[in-house]
Amino acid sequence: MSDTSNNPSAAFVRNEMIEQSAAPARAVGIVAWLRGNLFSNWVDSVITLIILYGLYLMIPPLLNFAFFDAIWSGTDRTACTTEAQGGVRAPDWFGGCWAYVDAYFNQFIYGRYPDDEQWRVNIVFIMFFGGLAPLLIPSVPFKQANIIFMSIVFPVASFILLTGGNLHYTGFLLPGFVMEPSATRFWVDYAIITAVVLAIGYGVSRGTDSDPEPMVKMVLWIMGGLAVVLALFAVPFGLEPVETDRWGGLLVTLVIAITGIAVSLPIGIALALGRRSNMPIVKLFSVIFIEFWRGVPLITVLFMSSVMLPLFLPEGVHFDKLLRALIGVAMFSAAYMAEVVRGGLQAIPKGQYEGAMALGLGFGQMMRMIILPQALTLVIPGIVNTFIGLFKDTTLVLIIGLFDFLGQIQSSFTDPTWASPVQLVSGYMFAAFVYFVFCFGMSRYSAYMERRLDTGHKS
Amino acid sequence: MALQDVSQDVGQPKVALFNDPKIRGWVYQIVLLVVIIYLVVVGVQNMFANLAAQNIASGFGFIGRNAGFAISQSLLEYSQAESSYGKVYVVGLLNTVSIAFIGILLATVLGFLIGIARLSHNFIVRGVATVYVEIFRNIPLLLHIFIWYFGVLRLLPHPRNSGDLGWLGLLNNRGWFAPKPLPQELFFITAIAFVIGIIVTIFISRWSRQRQAKTGQQFPVFWTGVGLILGMPVLVFLVTGTPLEFDYPVAGGFRPSGGMTIIPEFIAMLLALSSYTAAFIAEIVRAGIMAVNKGQTEAAHALGLRHGPTLRLVIIPQAMRVIIPPLTSQYLNLTKNSSLAVAIAYPDLVSVFAGTALNQTGQAVEILGVTMLTYLALSLLTAAFMNWYNAKMALVER
Repeated sequence: MSDTSNNPSAAFVRNEMIEQSAAPARAVGIVAWLRGNLFSNWVDSVITLIILYGLYLMIPPLLNFAFFDAIWSGTDRTACTTEAQGGVRAPDWFGGCWAYVDAYFNQFIYGRYPDDEQWRVNIVFIMFFGGLAPLLIPSVPFKQANIIFMSIVFPVASFILLTGGNLHYTGFLLPGFVMEPSATRFWVDYAIITAVVLAIGYGVSRGTDSDPEPMVKMVLWIMGGLAVVLALFAVPFGLEPVETDRWGGLLVTLVIAITGIAVSLPIGIALALGRRSNMPIVKLFSVIFIEFWRGVPLITVLFMSSVMLPLFLPEGVHFDKLLRALIGVAMFSAAYMAEVVRGGLQAIPKGQYEGAMALGLGFGQMMRMIILPQALTLVIPGIVNTFIGLFKDTTLVLIIGLFDFLGQIQSSFTDPTWASPVQLVSGYMFAAFVYFVFCFGMSRYSAYMERRLDTGHKS
Repeated sequence: MALQDVSQDVGQPKVALFNDPKIRGWVYQIVLLVVIIYLVVVGVQNMFANLAAQNIASGFGFIGRNAGFAISQSLLEYSQAESSYGKVYVVGLLNTVSIAFIGILLATVLGFLIGIARLSHNFIVRGVATVYVEIFRNIPLLLHIFIWYFGVLRLLPHPRNSGDLGWLGLLNNRGWFAPKPLPQELFFITAIAFVIGIIVTIFISRWSRQRQAKTGQQFPVFWTGVGLILGMPVLVFLVTGTPLEFDYPVAGGFRPSGGMTIIPEFIAMLLALSSYTAAFIAEIVRAGIMAVNKGQTEAAHALGLRHGPTLRLVIIPQAMRVIIPPLTSQYLNLTKNSSLAVAIAYPDLVSVFAGTALNQTGQAVEILGVTMLTYLALSLLTAAFMNWYNAKMALVER
């Protein structure tokens, strides 16, 4: 390069670079973008224009309804009706009635939960979102402590806060003539059951020449922990009991969705392992269970749990309506969860199983320490997607007479205080907005995890 | 500890019975079986005790009894005074199948359109498709149904001043009053021509495939098929003197008379189900098309195929392999979701049989059992059909 520039004799060689000329006007800037994206040929242009016209027809009225013509404050229907309908608005007014949503906001969130006790629900909400956020963000430390908080402290505390706790146990095992039904009888029963379990475990470990100590420790830990939880449920904290038929709104939606997913995860893992097991009866049972629940619609499951389940219970045992719905939802989502987990298990290379076995790990140890941590991390997006589905499906409980978020909105339409032609549209718009925010947020998270987990090694 | 055990066991392979994985497996399975059998036996015992206590009959004796309630839409002859619960079941099942079938067709068409639109190079088409997908799949189906039913169809004008759709009939808050086709005497000839057209087209396409395999010559099967299946019947129809008349609905005070009624519940269910499912199908279609390697398109272009044949012969067949399995589960979902009809009282299987009939007879176990088994059978049938199709489309490996 330096050769040619320093050689004056070569007159045909250019000494300096030409200025770069600008790109043709059609190839850069907004014109090129428009040509490339909107008007690349005549079919494209026609489609673009049709859609633009459609958007012009739809967007301004929507914005007018939701913001510019909307009513944000008011005390009753007169604020949201035209003069001809008995209100104060101009004859051609048509806008959202957010004043009605505001007036009902409390009900949409808590249902008929007593006003003075709503702080309890708020604490549960705070604990939940406060505990969940750091769990979802991968870079936050203390994951293990957080998981223990969310899986043990949070459920126990929420149960006590929401229902009021103060359960009265009566016992069930010892017949009435030995001991009157009382809390003491319950704890005696509990001790007897613990002793029996310990005895069987001890017998088995002696029979198999193995050391009974770890088994005894585990049983004592589990039964002891359970006893602490049960004892906490019975402590009179002085909270006013709130029956579940007073729960409603977003509270019920979240309780069903979260309990459903929390209960279905362990059952789903068990079923997924069962389906991949080589024990024929276990495998058959898992396949039938999974395929049955996946083959029927959720609404029939809810009908079944609300109508049929009480028939299968012994006389005197009474399940709460919410609890029955929860059982149905949990069974249903466990089957879906099982398929998600199975996908994760299948994605783990065989070498991991073989490596674990070569190290001498038993089945339980192999699953707990090697396979499940990898498989479950892989299927986090799948679990979140199942949760989104479940969250949307909780709306079905309104058909069996529970008042979830949509159910509360639906039932608010019957109130004459706010009856107006725009009430329905406003209510549904608000419902759609809330569901969209929840579901869209979760789906973004799931997509984010998917990208994060994508190591690029996918075959 | 483990080392000591091993050193002791050397030479005398005395393994405890319970440590043999095979035997342990069987012990676990027998325990599971015993628990299940115990639960079932106790549950059934409780059930009979409870039924006896509540004075509810059991067995399927109710099937033959008169149901005595009206059903707003029925593909069969159904009368409140005479028809039995068995008939209710059949009517409900047919309504479920019809909404699922039409819904699947609509959702597929809409879903494929939107899925392809999401890959468009046109910014605004892509944007609208994305917004559609995100909004529709993130709002619960039940809310979709409520919005269509209570928010749109119920707010249509009263029958007294129904909206006039011209030759499409009338629209009001009692439904769509469509013109009813009345086939005349000679119409059957057109129908026969249509059937013959289909059969002949099948034979021609087979023959042309064989000929192409042998000689490489192509035959315009598509246009021949259009001519035979559509053109020939239209010609026959015109020649025989247009033997089809329409019974147009006439606006009346209470409800329009004449024509055929499509109830608003059906329209709301159909719109909600198909627009909701279409959002999911669109994502499946997009993923399927994106799964086909770009090299395939480039190779096809390099071989001299134009854009249309590239899509038809190279891209779509490969994308379909990825699309079909999840598409199946969307079809199943739509069928199962049609049970939400009970919320707006569209007379589907759940609504009339597991709803009204259950409330009247109180025989929850039998009715819910039959309903669930029906859905299970529908699911398994669809799955079987799609598996067969999937096997047909699968990659033939040499």
